[in-house]
Amino acid sequence: MVEEKKGVKWIFLKFAHFGTLAIFAFFASLPFLWMLITTFKQDADLYNRANNPFIFNMAPTLSHIEYLFTETQFVQWLINTAFVGVLVVAITLVLAIPAGYSLVRLGGRWGEAIGIGIFLTYLIAPTILFIPMSRVVATVGLQDSLWSLVLVFPSFTIPFAIWLLMGFFKAIPPDLEEAAMIDGYSRFGAFIRMVLPISTSGILTVVIFSFTLVVQEYIYTLTFVTAASKYTVSVGVPTFLVHGDVYNWGGLMAGCLIASLPIAIVYNFFVDRFIGGLTMGAVKG
Amino acid sequence: MDSLQEHGGKSVINRGGRLSFFFDNEKFLGPIMIAPAVIYVLALVGYPLILAFAYSLSDITVGSVDYNFVGLSTFRSIIEEPEFRIALKNTILFTFVSMAIVVVLAKILALLLVKDFKGKFFVRALILMPYVAPISLGVIGWLWMLDSIYSPINWLLQRTGLFGPDFWPMWLGTPGLAMASIITVHVWRMLPLAMIIMLAGLASIPKDIQDAALVDGAGYFRRLFQVTIPMMLPIMLVAVLFGIVFTATDIIIILVLTRGGPYDSTQVLVSQAFYIGIDAGDLAGGAATALFLFPLLLAVAILMLKIARRSEVT
Repeated sequence: MVEEKKGVKWIFLKFAHFGTLAIFAFFASLPFLWMLITTFKQDADLYNRANNPFIFNMAPTLSHIEYLFTETQFVQWLINTAFVGVLVVAITLVLAIPAGYSLVRLGGRWGEAIGIGIFLTYLIAPTILFIPMSRVVATVGLQDSLWSLVLVFPSFTIPFAIWLLMGFFKAIPPDLEEAAMIDGYSRFGAFIRMVLPISTSGILTVVIFSFTLVVQEYIYTLTFVTAASKYTVSVGVPTFLVHGDVYNWGGLMAGCLIASLPIAIVYNFFVDRFIGGLTMGAVKG
Repeated sequence: MDSLQEHGGKSVINRGGRLSFFFDNEKFLGPIMIAPAVIYVLALVGYPLILAFAYSLSDITVGSVDYNFVGLSTFRSIIEEPEFRIALKNTILFTFVSMAIVVVLAKILALLLVKDFKGKFFVRALILMPYVAPISLGVIGWLWMLDSIYSPINWLLQRTGLFGPDFWPMWLGTPGLAMASIITVHVWRMLPLAMIIMLAGLASIPKDIQDAALVDGAGYFRRLFQVTIPMMLPIMLVAVLFGIVFTATDIIIILVLTRGGPYDSTQVLVSQAFYIGIDAGDLAGGAATALFLFPLLLAVAILMLKIARRSEVT
């Protein structure tokens, strides 16, 4: 860093800079901090209004986590989420990778039109579609089944994945495939053997991002599924632990925290690549 | 094994099968590679969208799925309901107030985070939490913080003397406060993504332009308003348009925090569509209610196409 004059103004600016950032960081992370505190608090401590809610007035406890794992279907919801997530990611990759490549390298004029069309499907939110979609799911006999989610979720992961992959494929120099094709590969062969191996980081980003979208999904799951044992974690926790008869805040916060943290940490490392991919997709190749 | 053939000066591998014709011919390969994805999306986005319009022009319910065309009478009866007007008003209020706050705060946050400093990764990770964690679960954290009896926010404000000893607001149980709470939580949730997009936009401005402005003697705010913001405008515009659509069609925060209450004061079009269409089983009414957002989507789509075309020219 360049040595600057450390006058009063400099100190004031530093203070304002980090002070404001600290307020933002506190605001952003407060609910999660609150989950953390609540998860380990005894009920007697939690439900005493005279106590300072931000400190442990009694010894911490693991009873809420125990309750969550033994008395609720939380583990089942985690398994369901993973099951749907893995299948949706697989479908997304199989359909989006060739499509993204095709749009970048083989599309030409119609490719551009389809690319814009795919971009515009983001605008058609699930909240416009969920009512007719519930009938579609019922018609194919998948209501109240996890397979309804496996079928429907790719409808929003595929457009995102194509757009992301277009960005990554555009960054690969076309000479690479041309060289491979001169060596005797077909265009498709060059795609499989040259382009895919060097696109693993882009594909990994798509995997993480699609999985995150699945975990976040709320309205379709709430609409299609009614049996408690078939919910994903994002819907199971708010539906059965909040709107049940008894509020168990300790167990509820434990559930939110345990389901949030792993995905939040992994996704955090991919955010930049995700944004990079999205803006690259927008740059004309 | 593969046999090498000369093909109009281009060497290709012939696998002997009929498929090689498609794999080698780029005119066919392109459409073949994209068709499955396009068909999937058309079947599960395009078809339900058409169905939504068809439902809204019928009297279909979960109990009687026979299709009777009733024209615009479903729309007409919805417009006459006072609940609809409240929901429409709330949707507009919720969308525009929260987007305005998000844009201003995200801009400030991006400017604060654009420079490198020690611990930046950690600060950024904390700020990203609302975006990277599952949203419905994060909102439950807010539900507990805004609890009518045990709210730690009230406790803190009372202890610091900002609230009097008898002042204990029911954040989610009082009409005006409930809407303010919903907007706050939505801002909390949108701010990280908006900030990242702003940062990406800032990073895309060529450094020499900033330097040139600096050399010419432009001060910080002059550069901010005459260089940085104008250059970020296209990406900001697209982001804001998306944000508007995303906010107007969002349902999670309202379903988890207030379920539209108290007295419909936080009911928006999509949450009402959910209660009409799914809880009450009136598919036609629900579809029609949600479709009142369609003109907004259409306007945004047209604007985006205009922006795309303009950036193509320059």
